Amino acid sequence: MPRSVGYTVRFAAGVSIVASVLVAGSAVLLRDRQDANRLLDRRRKVLEVAGLVDAGERLTGDVVTRRFEADIRTIVIELATGEPAPEIDPVGFDQRAASRDPVRSRPAPENSAGVTRLPDHAVVYHVIRQSDIEALLVPIEGKGLWGTMYGYLALSSDLETVRGITFYEHRETPGLGSGIEDSDWQVGWVGRRPFDDEWKPRLEVIKGPAGPPDAAPYEIDGLSGATLTGRGVTNLIRFWLGPDGFGAYLERYRGEAGIP
Amino acid sequence: MRKNPRDVLFDPLFEDNPIALQVLGVCSALAVTTRMSTALVMSLAVIGVLVGSNVTVSMIRERVPSNVRIIVQLTIIASLVIVTDQILTAYAYGISQQLSIFVGLIITNCIIMGRAETFAMHNPPGRSFLDGLGNALGYALVLMFVAFFRELLGSGSIFGVTVLAPTTEGGWYRPNGFMVLAPSAFLLIGCFIWILRWWRPEQIEEDFDARALSEPRDQSHIR
Repeated sequence: MPRSVGYTVRFAAGVSIVASVLVAGSAVLLRDRQDANRLLDRRRKVLEVAGLVDAGERLTGDVVTRRFEADIRTIVIELATGEPAPEIDPVGFDQRAASRDPVRSRPAPENSAGVTRLPDHAVVYHVIRQSDIEALLVPIEGKGLWGTMYGYLALSSDLETVRGITFYEHRETPGLGSGIEDSDWQVGWVGRRPFDDEWKPRLEVIKGPAGPPDAAPYEIDGLSGATLTGRGVTNLIRFWLGPDGFGAYLERYRGEAGIP
Repeated sequence: MRKNPRDVLFDPLFEDNPIALQVLGVCSALAVTTRMSTALVMSLAVIGVLVGSNVTVSMIRERVPSNVRIIVQLTIIASLVIVTDQILTAYAYGISQQLSIFVGLIITNCIIMGRAETFAMHNPPGRSFLDGLGNALGYALVLMFVAFFRELLGSGSIFGVTVLAPTTEGGWYRPNGFMVLAPSAFLLIGCFIWILRWWRPEQIEEDFDARALSEPRDQSHIR
């Protein structure tokens, strides 16, 4: 039966109000829990790539928090200069949100890694063992074949070797490019050399298998059927270890650690 | 002809399965069925949304002005989906990351809107509840069927527990890479429909006739 226009408008308004209260209410009520989950997930990935979690080990939230707080030091730096930024609280700092925020980021210089914006501040993790820095962790991101790949790269404290790599978010082809999240492939990074003698990032994902690290220090196994994913990984590693990425910080770090 | 409540609940499992007979909601069935755990959570999400939308739509069915009924249904469904997504992010974070956009895409799952428009708009809340539950279970049944074979043959495991030790981990089973890719779900849904119609021949449609396309016909099978 036809209804008056007034009734229809009132009805639509009523439905909209009820629906928005429901949606907004659930978002507000659950926000703390969701944020806690995100933080926990990030920390878990950091622990994994730092080698503080055994393969297949399932950690509860408490254990993740405890290990993270005991063994990892989070440092927020100014990306362009590499200076620490003590005014920013590392716990609440979200680098990905910062690089999307026009106030806290700037357009990236032209690069082949597909990075469009650079955050003013970035986060670096130090893995601490008996009050010494054992490894250095940096977040990495860049375009793969279908979308942006996000991960972490771990370097030994003398910056001589790669300690590990992980990707926690990507949209590569399942079964092909998605191999970047397989531990079989990631383990092939361990022991490679991130920089050459002039401190230029040299790592490259090649086609086919790379030899052992001694014979092929700069080469990483290719992923069959995923040439473009591999190229994306090469580009993003070189970008983030290079002058536009963490170059300034790493140079500073070398000075502090007395690495020639 | 009114069906009794039992049939309203159970018919959508085999007699009138939303995926196998109505061929609705196939998109998500392709996307979330590489693992049983994701398929199960997706099924639960659809059960929640479909039951919720059916009951809500049914409760206001006599007051909805008919010229805005579709957008009202859509508003209800979208709100329920967003709430479901929020709950998953809060309580099942790992799996919600794997399901990524597909929970959000429940909004466009034709089963939900199809049941709201064809059933809940004409039936009281109790029956609509049963209809929503039945159809969601029918959807879940196909999802779990497809996910079972995709995970078993594609990764050698069931619910993440290794059953066939794959060669990559030193076992004997060579995982079937095709099963990991979306088209394999088409094949499995096809097999499901085949088995179902072999068991229930009355579901077989009449031979396809191109001329029929230009004539009005029963629309219930069109996505």
